[in-house]
Amino acid sequence: MTTSFYRADTTFRSWALTTDHKRIGILFLCATTLMLLLGGVLALLVRIEHLTPGPTIMSAETYNRAFTLHGVVMVWLFMIPAIPAGFGNIIVPLQIGATEVAFPRLNLASFYFYLAGALVVLASMLLGATDTGWTFYVPYSSRTPASVLPTLTGIFIVGWSSIMTAINFIATIHTMRARGIEWMRVPLFTWAIYGTSIIQLLATPVLAIALVVIGLDHGFDWGLFDPARGGDPVLFQHLFWFYSHPAVYIMVLPAMGVVSDVIPTFAHKNVYSYRAIVYSTLGIAFVGFLTWGHHMFVAGISITDAGAFGILSMIVAVFSAIKVFTWVGTLYKGSIDAKVPLLYVLAFFFLFTFGGMTGVAVATMSLDVHWHDTYFVVAHFHFIMVGATFTAYLAALHYWFPKITGKLYSERWATLAWALVFGGFVVTFTPQFFLGNGGMPRRYYEYPPQFQTLHVISTVGSWALGLGMVLVLVYLVRALVSGERAPENPWGSRCFEWRTSSPPPKENFTSPLDVEIDAYDYTTETS
Amino acid sequence: MTLPGWAISALGLPPEASDTARRVDALHAVVISTAFVGIGVVAFVTIAFVVRYRRRAPRERTERVVASGLREWTTATLVLGLFVAFWFVGYAQYLDIERPPEHAAIVYVTAKQWMWKFGYPNGSASTDTLFVREHTPVHLVMTSRDVIHSFYAPSFRIKQDVLPGRSVSAWLDGAPAGSYPIYCAELCGVSHSRMRGEVRVLGARDYERWWNEGRDQDDMVTRGKSVAAQNGCMSCHTIDGQRHIGPSFAGLYNSRVALDDGRTVVADEAYLTRSMMEPLADRVAGFNPVMPSYRAQLSAEEVGALVEMIRSLEHAGGEASRVALPELIVTKVDGGTR
Repeated sequence: MTTSFYRADTTFRSWALTTDHKRIGILFLCATTLMLLLGGVLALLVRIEHLTPGPTIMSAETYNRAFTLHGVVMVWLFMIPAIPAGFGNIIVPLQIGATEVAFPRLNLASFYFYLAGALVVLASMLLGATDTGWTFYVPYSSRTPASVLPTLTGIFIVGWSSIMTAINFIATIHTMRARGIEWMRVPLFTWAIYGTSIIQLLATPVLAIALVVIGLDHGFDWGLFDPARGGDPVLFQHLFWFYSHPAVYIMVLPAMGVVSDVIPTFAHKNVYSYRAIVYSTLGIAFVGFLTWGHHMFVAGISITDAGAFGILSMIVAVFSAIKVFTWVGTLYKGSIDAKVPLLYVLAFFFLFTFGGMTGVAVATMSLDVHWHDTYFVVAHFHFIMVGATFTAYLAALHYWFPKITGKLYSERWATLAWALVFGGFVVTFTPQFFLGNGGMPRRYYEYPPQFQTLHVISTVGSWALGLGMVLVLVYLVRALVSGERAPENPWGSRCFEWRTSSPPPKENFTSPLDVEIDAYDYTTETS
Repeated sequence: MTLPGWAISALGLPPEASDTARRVDALHAVVISTAFVGIGVVAFVTIAFVVRYRRRAPRERTERVVASGLREWTTATLVLGLFVAFWFVGYAQYLDIERPPEHAAIVYVTAKQWMWKFGYPNGSASTDTLFVREHTPVHLVMTSRDVIHSFYAPSFRIKQDVLPGRSVSAWLDGAPAGSYPIYCAELCGVSHSRMRGEVRVLGARDYERWWNEGRDQDDMVTRGKSVAAQNGCMSCHTIDGQRHIGPSFAGLYNSRVALDDGRTVVADEAYLTRSMMEPLADRVAGFNPVMPSYRAQLSAEEVGALVEMIRSLEHAGGEASRVALPELIVTKVDGGTR
């Protein structure tokens, strides 16, 4: 029995100043999960506010601040870092047979930048919080009396963390792969993190520029987006979406990576088309940069530009469709064990496919004119971006829990929680499609009374979702404290990260990784 | 193709107020039905596989199954074809929504925190209620006084962001008499959700009565002339077709104008407004670029009045414009002219 990386050193200092990628990953997981809870509480409050058409539990100012913080926390402090910086840090080096990451100290710095940024965003809550929505559209964001600067500063700092993590992954995947793991043998989760890192590296600086310029406009009256002085508010939207549309893929590519690895493990089956998954990942990473204008069909951009963005959005959707077909094909003739991680993947299929099809619908330009900035869009992006990322995060949490902690959780409680989370999610967001069809604009504190029934259904759904999430935390903490010891490879997976002890030793592998058998080869009897 | 009433209520759509709404809804039904078929097929096949291929022995091995390249490319091409077909119809409808019909009556819309103001060609104005004549298209020329707002009339399936410092267009096509909601759809501050109004479509006789009541005030054209006089427009532009430092207003509206970079543009409302705000953006060939910007100098109503005045001269001054005059040489010296 080897000494696990937990036992190698147990002082506080050994955690606070660690350069072990697994420990840094765990720090990221804990921090991002806390942010998920905070963002979740804000969401529940916003939903409760909508129980009645008039004021319910908060003022209009508080409402605007609550949904803004919900968006900021969920996007930048949970969804963007959770899977890449959390699971990616722990799993990627194991999947490529590396003993370390390329830049261990930069990795630690990335965590502290994240922590500092998150604390600044939280402090901004106490200082009067931003009320512009997470999109910060000018000129409202440069005029609002609310304190925009601290929030922007926090996101700016978190952006550095993103960039550092991305550089680290790119260098690690290029240079630290074990002998025998050529590019086309790299596990698919690692491929997804690679694609994600490229987007993070290229897009995040543009966000930083946009945020700095609003800061200058708001704090120092520079007027760069002020039309009265020759500025153009629509330019801000271009800059913002140039980052924030690819950011959707920063969130969803790692989720897809989790799915691509969970399915072969629980179906004991080779991937139906490894190449299709890899090339569609790269396709999304590239074409995803060229679709940002579809957020601006009614913003007053040229109709020719709008048309081009429309058709590019259709092309990027095809890559996602290819992935869905490949995943479903992987189940064909498998030996399927529908354990909790696979159940989350099935939930992912449903949310992602319907979210994707409604994405094609909103890219159909005349339809978007009606749906833009209504609850239809809210429902659509919660299905595809949140639904996919959140279910994949939970799939990853359950899939790699034995690997990371060496413990087993209760399948029964986990299945119950899955039903609550998935059911709650569907009940929360399906009515919002209909609200949007009916013309209910998003970010409305008060609303016409004919929309109340659908809002109430949505709010009740959010309670089931919240309860499910609490349940997950309870049984996982219980498993940590008193769970059964997990075997090294409880799922019988062939993927490389399972070919070392659970939890792994500090140096990841005690003997060089044997890569004779492919990561997705189930043609021989598993040992 | 129009949707039956039950389909409209099943989708939760508001009643259709216009032909545009009917066409958009038909496409809506096709696209959403496809989405349901797509999710239905994926869900069915997935569940069927999970049940049919469930694990029977703990350490089962499986045979290797790999997709054929032909199958992958065929599927991808079919899916792309379907999506592009959606795009094609959607884009055609989008062009229709974005381009107002040529001779639609114009209403000037000013959005501000947190109200909608409407100015009509007869000089009258209204707040939060847009008066429209039954079955008559209306061209909305819109600008914002402060932050970005968005004009959203769900019954017509139209929406357009309203920007400060710029004039944007939208249009409504003829609806039957009735009242239809207007929402602001872009977060604009603490009372965003109260920035609502209505499109009140009046029958021909009611509209006639409303129009005549409003006529007591100066009409837009008269106001436009006084705005032009007060702001010095007349020192460079004539209203009788005579060539001066700038092009004459007579016959300018809707004419094709050659620019000094070789392009030609139609002098519509958007062009005229832009020329006041950014005179150097589209310079008319044969004139010196000496006009100052009137950005933040003119209110939206004043801009509207000027455009209406220029519009009233669409067919005026044909004779004078043909008189050849020696070209004025104006040279810029230290920001002044001599």
